[in-house]
Amino acid sequence: MTNLDPRLQKLGLGLLAPVLALVLAFLITSLVLVLAGDPVGEVWSTLLGVPAERNVANILNNATVLYLSGLAVAVGFRMNLFNIGVDGQYRVAAFVAAVVAGEAWLPGAANTVLAILAAMLAGAAWAGIAGVLRAKRGVSEVISTIMLNFIATGLVAYFLRRVAVREEGSNDIGTKEIPEGSRIPGFQIGDGSTTEVYGFIFLAALAGFTYWFLLNRTRFGFDLRATGKSTTAAVASGISVTRMTIVAMLLSGAVAGLVGLPLLFGDSYSYGSTFQSGLGFAGIAIALLGRNHPIGIAIGALLFAYLDEQSNPLQILVGVSPDIVAITQGVIVLTVVISYEVVRRYGVRLEQHAVARALEAGRATATDQEEEARA
Amino acid sequence: MSAVTTRRLPRLWWLGAAVLVLLAISVLRVVTGAEDLASSGTVRATLIALVPIMLAGLGGLWSERAGVVNIGLEGMMVLGTYGAGYFGYHYGAWAGVAGALLMGAIGGLIHATATVVFGVDHIISGVAINIIAVGAVQYLAALTFVGLPGGGQTQSPKLDNVGSITIGPLSDALGEVEGQNIFFVSELAAVARALVTNLSLLVVLAFVLLVLTYWVLWRTSFGLRLRSTGESPSAAESLGVAVLRYKFIAVLISGALAGLAGGFLAMVASSNYRDGQTGGRGYIGLAAMIFGNWRPGGLLAGSGLFGYTQTLGLRQGGTSVHALLLAVAVLATALAGYQLWRKQVRLAVGILVAAAALITVYAAIDVVPGDFVNITPYVVTLLVLAFASQRLRMPAADGQVYRRGSAG
Repeated sequence: MTNLDPRLQKLGLGLLAPVLALVLAFLITSLVLVLAGDPVGEVWSTLLGVPAERNVANILNNATVLYLSGLAVAVGFRMNLFNIGVDGQYRVAAFVAAVVAGEAWLPGAANTVLAILAAMLAGAAWAGIAGVLRAKRGVSEVISTIMLNFIATGLVAYFLRRVAVREEGSNDIGTKEIPEGSRIPGFQIGDGSTTEVYGFIFLAALAGFTYWFLLNRTRFGFDLRATGKSTTAAVASGISVTRMTIVAMLLSGAVAGLVGLPLLFGDSYSYGSTFQSGLGFAGIAIALLGRNHPIGIAIGALLFAYLDEQSNPLQILVGVSPDIVAITQGVIVLTVVISYEVVRRYGVRLEQHAVARALEAGRATATDQEEEARA
Repeated sequence: MSAVTTRRLPRLWWLGAAVLVLLAISVLRVVTGAEDLASSGTVRATLIALVPIMLAGLGGLWSERAGVVNIGLEGMMVLGTYGAGYFGYHYGAWAGVAGALLMGAIGGLIHATATVVFGVDHIISGVAINIIAVGAVQYLAALTFVGLPGGGQTQSPKLDNVGSITIGPLSDALGEVEGQNIFFVSELAAVARALVTNLSLLVVLAFVLLVLTYWVLWRTSFGLRLRSTGESPSAAESLGVAVLRYKFIAVLISGALAGLAGGFLAMVASSNYRDGQTGGRGYIGLAAMIFGNWRPGGLLAGSGLFGYTQTLGLRQGGTSVHALLLAVAVLATALAGYQLWRKQVRLAVGILVAAAALITVYAAIDVVPGDFVNITPYVVTLLVLAFASQRLRMPAADGQVYRRGSAG
């Protein structure tokens, strides 16, 4: 390590942490499998195989959704806010978007844009409640967003029953279908696959770029990150913490509002009682895995989606419950945090050694010169 | 000593409060005619709904009093439902209770290792445990319950119950009194009857644990030391308290209690382990504890509120909650009067407007829709947090990561 370029060393340490985390998660999952008496080798060879074309589309689709969820959580994290409520926010937002798009007040793409804006507004408003409570009344956003999740579930269920149309030949109820002109078309990859990749994936990428630009290249982003790092320093430099808290929560909620939309505009075309839930908690894991960096979050989302997709045939091929992957994902959250901390401490120690050596060398030359002068 | 304790609540305040609540419900029943507000059936169902929330809240109390925030209660409860299912089926009812405690404690062990030993952020660790627990339990259920009679990927076979207490003659006599519809006396009889008819031993155990928690945490030197690690760990360490060990033990107990809450759901509230059985009750327990200002008595009141509204939601809840609207409106008016007396005019007017709105709603509809009944406790918790958060006081070092030697 002594002769390494310090920048290279920093990069090495940065890569070491996630690799260490994944290896640890791999070992712990294997341990669980061994203890349960399941075939470890076959499970991993199924999970870590190369996905078929049809599965790639599914992986990209799931990753799009998870990416948006991770991004929403990351906005809060940068400001030291825990948005546990992405679940409730996207539920409210997806419902609002489905109603707006289903009513089709505007033609074609204009309707889509209106619905997306409505979703972002709804998500922001729902998260904003927690933001205001935190900023003005000092209520922990962790608790308030959890409460708001439950409230969202009840409210949406109620309003869904009010506006719903019954789907043909089923007991599920849903909002009116989005007209064909307002859907977001998908695209195919490869030839053999029938599953299309959501067109929304480009909007997700755009959201990721906006996130990066806003936080890293604007005054506002600087203020936000500064407040997240140290509120006292932020106050000293004239930033209103109250305002930043509310704005960060609003932004986080607006992004969370997008989470349900790839499904809505690319697959289900209506919000029903069977709309996918529980994507918010995965977002927390992914934001942590990606260290709140837009590229990192994308890698995390792809990894989670990949594991989910690859676990599907486990039951049939190996006779192991695919839920083993949830254990892996949860363990990754812990090992990521622990290994980043361990690597950080290791890096600090390396730096201390380097500084100590440099000082020692400096002192040695100084004494040499002294002796020379004396002689 | 006495100078400090002047603002304390009088002894047995909770008994007085319980009587007052019951009296209010009696009045409400007479005024609105909502008969199911305090029938013995409702009281019994409330007890069943209250206990898992209370046990989860107790788990939260142990951990947060030692300064460790425990969002993972939900996951530990999930582990407990499985523990009760597996051990309860193979080795009998009380083994199921032990299994629930054990599985919950394993969840606690993970949380303690991550937060206390490795210094992981408490919320992150809790979220991870919730993800792991759900996956682990589904994985284990597929592994161990498939092929058993009545068992499958999402549920365990039927479990034995731990047994219950019924005092037959007393129950019948109280039933008669309850049937007479005498103001307040009938309500009292209904409550008493629920306590002597089919009272599950686990309910009794839960209340024993509540009292025991209070005694250990507030009446023993062990409890004092444990709470000191949640208030000021560095001060505690400078006095020779093994801070990390106390935190570790507290989180383990927290997990075990949450696990028992899950076991209660599987064995008493239902008759087998089912996937998704907890339905977020771990979070509700946490909310009940915060509602109760990190105190056992308040925690009981909080779980009572959640349990009661949950029960009303199931038992022709629409009319009952409709009746409760009136009660809340009257209470709000009284509160407005109190604030006016304290010269808080703007606040008083605000509360009065809310009360008026409630009365309008009460007059406008006959039945509160079920979805609104279900969200009532969460809204109440949010309101309490929003308007009473200045009166709530959590342990001073709650949620902070402590590293050995920080005392300097």
